[in-house]
Amino acid sequence: MVPISWYLMLAALLFAIGTIGALTRRNGISIFLSIELMLNAANLTLVAYSRQMGDRTGQLIVFFVMAVAAAEAAVGLALFIAVFRSRRTIDVNRLNLMRW
Amino acid sequence: METLIFLIFAALAVASSLVVVAHRSPVYATMSLVVTLFSVAVLFVLLGAPFLGALQILIYAGAIVVLFLFVIMLLNLQKASAAAGRRGGQLWVALPGALLFVGMVGLVFWRAGAPALQPLTADLVSLKGLATALFSDYLLPFEIVGLLLLVAVIGATVAARRAPDGEASRLLPREDFVGAGDEPRKEARS
Amino acid sequence: MNSGSPEIIATLVKYAVMFGVFINVAPIMNWVERRACAYIQDRPGPNRVGPLGLFQPLADAAKFMFKEDVTPAAADKLLYLMAPVLALLPAFTTFVIVPFGPDLTVGGRTIPLVVAPVDTGVLLFLALSSLAVYSLVLAGYASNNKFSLLGGIRASAQLISYELALTLSVLAVLLPVNSFRLSDIVAWQQAHVWNVIPQILGFFVFLVASFAETNRLPFDLPEAESELIAGFHTEYSAMRFAAFFQAEYTNMAALAALGVTLFFGGWSLPGVHLTGWLGAIVGLVTLVAKIGVCMAVFVWVRWTFPRFRYDQLMRLGWKVLLPLSILNLILVAAMTLAGWL
Repeated sequence: MVPISWYLMLAALLFAIGTIGALTRRNGISIFLSIELMLNAANLTLVAYSRQMGDRTGQLIVFFVMAVAAAEAAVGLALFIAVFRSRRTIDVNRLNLMRW
Repeated sequence: METLIFLIFAALAVASSLVVVAHRSPVYATMSLVVTLFSVAVLFVLLGAPFLGALQILIYAGAIVVLFLFVIMLLNLQKASAAAGRRGGQLWVALPGALLFVGMVGLVFWRAGAPALQPLTADLVSLKGLATALFSDYLLPFEIVGLLLLVAVIGATVAARRAPDGEASRLLPREDFVGAGDEPRKEARS
Repeated sequence: MNSGSPEIIATLVKYAVMFGVFINVAPIMNWVERRACAYIQDRPGPNRVGPLGLFQPLADAAKFMFKEDVTPAAADKLLYLMAPVLALLPAFTTFVIVPFGPDLTVGGRTIPLVVAPVDTGVLLFLALSSLAVYSLVLAGYASNNKFSLLGGIRASAQLISYELALTLSVLAVLLPVNSFRLSDIVAWQQAHVWNVIPQILGFFVFLVASFAETNRLPFDLPEAESELIAGFHTEYSAMRFAAFFQAEYTNMAALAALGVTLFFGGWSLPGVHLTGWLGAIVGLVTLVAKIGVCMAVFVWVRWTFPRFRYDQLMRLGWKVLLPLSILNLILVAAMTLAGWL
């Protein structure tokens, strides 16, 4: 039997890797991928705790997280397409019109 | 047996997630994300949530990530991304921060010991229980998520819509989109 | 899985049976397709190798093996080599949840005649088959060729769009049965009526969507030989091309198996209730025969319809099939509530 802490440890690792990606990548899509990674790490934690507590609320939250992730991906990618159309890049450092 | 499966897929998940973050090519990063998602789906099944495992593959791997690939190919990001590397400065903040986080979590578990996983109850695995909870206690969140998806669909359609000819230029002269210091715009598509 | 080796052996045997059925689909269909299209177009077709050209698939296989395997110099090597393998992977895993006979009792053990009797049943099928799109997209991308890339982009948008309608039409079948398991769905149809009768609308949506999901004409836009010169597999030759070929036909057979199980009673026949080994054999033969009929329809449709234009394809998927499948879902839900099903 695998102890629950192994699952949580793995989730923490994935989350940390995702955070590094989200902070250091400049390509908008790569940042998005890293965020998906972080969401997945959170999902893994939720399912692990749901198993440990014998409560299915955790699983339900994962279900909702997936739906929200789908919505987020659709809107985010649509925004990237729109940005790419006008700026010809999705390098986030170059999207600095709002900065002064 | 279970431990072996866990170790294999945990290792796979970590390795592929490193590729997601580190690989320069967005296509490789996206494909590695599929491997990560698949590994996590296997872990879901191992934890007694086969429904979520199937959903993970169906929704994430089967739809969301395909959307990523679609956009990457549509924008032909291969060339655009070649210049976009990493920022050294942020890496030196992110890496210690991430290590600190993992170290802290590890320390907590090390101090707390490793409690064995609770035995799987039939109640937890059953789809019927999940569905009943979803459509009774969590009906309101469920409906809100439905609404959210609808809004997302409309929002995505509007955002990605190609503006009718001339409309964008009337709002803002084209040159204004190019920020100061940018090199002149080139056609990204060769 | 922990309950000992007899289960594992039984699973392996069951997988071997299904694998044996599905691996032979491609060579047989190769012959059927070419002969049938020749018949439809009023020409003889391949008739030189063996009686009626029956050994043509063997000759083709030999040709595939001895052809040169070309990798374009500009291709993304790793992804290019991976794509055909990825095509085969979902093709040979999805059929594990399709039941092919009544429960069999061997040495006091009840063995359900389905390779993987899992609770998530249909969902697993849809999940695995949704991974098929990666092989097309990667093949198109890795070939580093304009036509292939266009084919890959088309494939990704097409498969996602039609997956929705497909999933919703499958969902409607599950409503009265109250289960994701295909064996429960077969049992329900044995006890009541084949689903195609109350859910003819859902069946229609499923049929059209499965043509699109398998990239068959009239929806073969990802390959479209006359405009994209074979699209995503333009660059592939020899055994790698054969792998795509095999995957396409196996996917067709797997979707046909799902379709007959959902809408035409699967392995069961109305009024026939055999058990034991006889039941198992009759069940398997019935299932294969039904799949065969479905494949014949696939071939028939392919050679009688012209190809859709891409915008027509998208319009059909989103503006016709999706609303129809939702309408079907509501109708079935209402009928289930009213107790008619």
